[in-house]
Amino acid sequence: MGDQPRPAKKTAKNRRKSASANEPEFVQLLNPGGQRVDHPDYALDLSDEEYRGLYRDLVITRELDAQGTALQRQGQLGLWPSLLGQEAAQVGSGRALREQDTVFPAYRELGVQWCRGIDLLSSFALFRGVDLGGRDVAADRFHMYSIVIASQTLHAAGYAMGVAKDGAVGSDEGEAVVVYHGDGATSEGDFNEALIWAGVFNAPLVLFCQNNQYAISETNARQFLVPPSQRAAGFGVPGILVDGNDVLATYAVTKSALDRARHGEGPSLIEAYTYRMQPHTTSDDATRYRDEAELDQWRAKDPILRYRTWLEAEGLAGGDYFAEIDAEADREVRKLRDRVISLTDPEVSEMFDSVYAEPVPQLAAQRAEAVAFRASLDEGSES
Amino acid sequence: MTTMSMVKALNSGLRTVLEREPKALIMGEDVGRLGGVFRVTDGLEKDFGSDRVIDTPLAESGIIGTAIGLALRGYRPICEIQFDGFVYPAFDQLVSQLAKMPNRSGGRVRLPVVVRIPFGGGIGAIEHHSESPEAYFAHTAGLKVVACSNPNDAHWMIQQAAASDDPVIFFEPKRRYQAKAEVDTEKSSLGLHDAATVRSGSDATVIAYGPTVDVALHAAAAAAEEGRDLEVIDLRSLSPIDWEPLEASVRRTGRAVVVHEAPGSHGIGAEVAARLTEQCFYSLEAPVLRVTGYDVPYPASRLEEDYLPNLDRVLDAVDRSFEY
Repeated sequence: MGDQPRPAKKTAKNRRKSASANEPEFVQLLNPGGQRVDHPDYALDLSDEEYRGLYRDLVITRELDAQGTALQRQGQLGLWPSLLGQEAAQVGSGRALREQDTVFPAYRELGVQWCRGIDLLSSFALFRGVDLGGRDVAADRFHMYSIVIASQTLHAAGYAMGVAKDGAVGSDEGEAVVVYHGDGATSEGDFNEALIWAGVFNAPLVLFCQNNQYAISETNARQFLVPPSQRAAGFGVPGILVDGNDVLATYAVTKSALDRARHGEGPSLIEAYTYRMQPHTTSDDATRYRDEAELDQWRAKDPILRYRTWLEAEGLAGGDYFAEIDAEADREVRKLRDRVISLTDPEVSEMFDSVYAEPVPQLAAQRAEAVAFRASLDEGSES
Repeated sequence: MTTMSMVKALNSGLRTVLEREPKALIMGEDVGRLGGVFRVTDGLEKDFGSDRVIDTPLAESGIIGTAIGLALRGYRPICEIQFDGFVYPAFDQLVSQLAKMPNRSGGRVRLPVVVRIPFGGGIGAIEHHSESPEAYFAHTAGLKVVACSNPNDAHWMIQQAAASDDPVIFFEPKRRYQAKAEVDTEKSSLGLHDAATVRSGSDATVIAYGPTVDVALHAAAAAAEEGRDLEVIDLRSLSPIDWEPLEASVRRTGRAVVVHEAPGSHGIGAEVAARLTEQCFYSLEAPVLRVTGYDVPYPASRLEEDYLPNLDRVLDAVDRSFEY
């Protein structure tokens, strides 16, 4: 019992260099069969409690995400972008963050949000259409979802420049910034500019690319000839390819990149090789561009199944624990669901209230007009 | 009072901002060692250091995108876009990010970012160096848009823009950069979003901003010789527009001509004409007329004298107004 390191068991079977032929060579600490494999650059220092915690995060993230899809199907949300299949990429990286670190998400990062301990309601409010996803981003150290692909990479680079300007790097207590984006984002100018900026200004930034194989319907073949983790070198930035379905590996590589950033050693790019098991969003029809056989291949690499297998084999958790987590996930889902369906529509006036810090006369006039017009309609419908 | 060029006036305004506001930063292409291609930031890097006056990589989206990030961290960046025609690579960051993020946040996020853009023609430049893109930004909710027309305004408006908690797109008429005029370095009598009556008159109101204010003033001087008394209003702020002095003037004169370099269709002049028609309909003796650039891409420089509104075109419009 306790916090001693848990090295991989030395068997011929689980020596590094993994799985199937169609996988690139990436950092992997837990193979799809649930066996630990060693990597010379990445050791783990988690306590048993933390190991179990990762499982809890994975399961609860998956269940909350599934509820997003369900709520959309029931007409309670306008849209839901599912993260199914990407839980390990998000939980591993999310748990590697320290309190002082700051996150810039794309729009599918429910798992990271969960790990940060932030109220998830804002993400559901956004997709319900009752607001635009506003939160206290400074207190949360988790910025708003960014729908225009890769736009947030520059915000994160600038923020990280500010961290460096503040002198908040250079020690163990230094701050790091992580920005999430997808494989499609790597084709955008903003992504490439962010790498240049972070590089030349030595900003404490980690670009975390969830390569889930699809930008809506387009595969990696339409986004790049050289994968992002290799392209990083062209910017003078270390690039790391990691098994995105391995929560231990994503944790280890992110922690290492964040530590590098917080010590003032500059930016890194992590490419988490994973798979989007659901369509792009609930509005997408993935059957038009991929087949069941491909999905089956990735089902075999499921991030939760392999981790559960390992926990059991290590004696870290068993049936009772798994049942307990299932029950907790169920409670979390119900709690969230109740809150989401109780979100009421905003007042007409709200669209005018946050446009400017310093008020504009025209907007005051338009606000009064819109409110009065709405009121006149409501009166009409009551009579 | 001291006499200086608009470039010097902007420079002194920016210097004051850097002195008083420790979170203020200047960032852009060539703004540091070179002092900007127009020398607006001359000497600032030397005095405030490259950590506050930042030569950026050559990528406009990156300039605005990272300025947003710096603002999220508590900084107050003043960005320079080198020329009007180079702003478009930053369009998403300006229109979808800078303009909308504060609103998206429900007012919890404020982005005090100034984007300086030298604009307009009349300097014999090659393509993409003479444009007037202000209507794009004035059409975008969440941005405030201003244009200075003289050194005194330049000196004060840049400081007021830097003090604003809203994003401000700050247009500088590059053909007026070197014209000298008096600057009151003690105090300013106008707010950032106030229009200014720069010449009083009773027969017709000429409304201009940026580089065309000088054109309108020359036209008014010429008209005076012919016995016509023109009032000239400098809009100064294009979004929001300070309607009250415009409407009051037009109610008195009954005639209005709007002058700008940007193409006329869908431009600032169209908004001014529509609004004055709505608010001053019974006072108008003639429709509000526009004197603007044509609806063509900015022409080769040997043709720009034919493209730009000039004294004769303004007077011609005034004549037409009196024909109604």
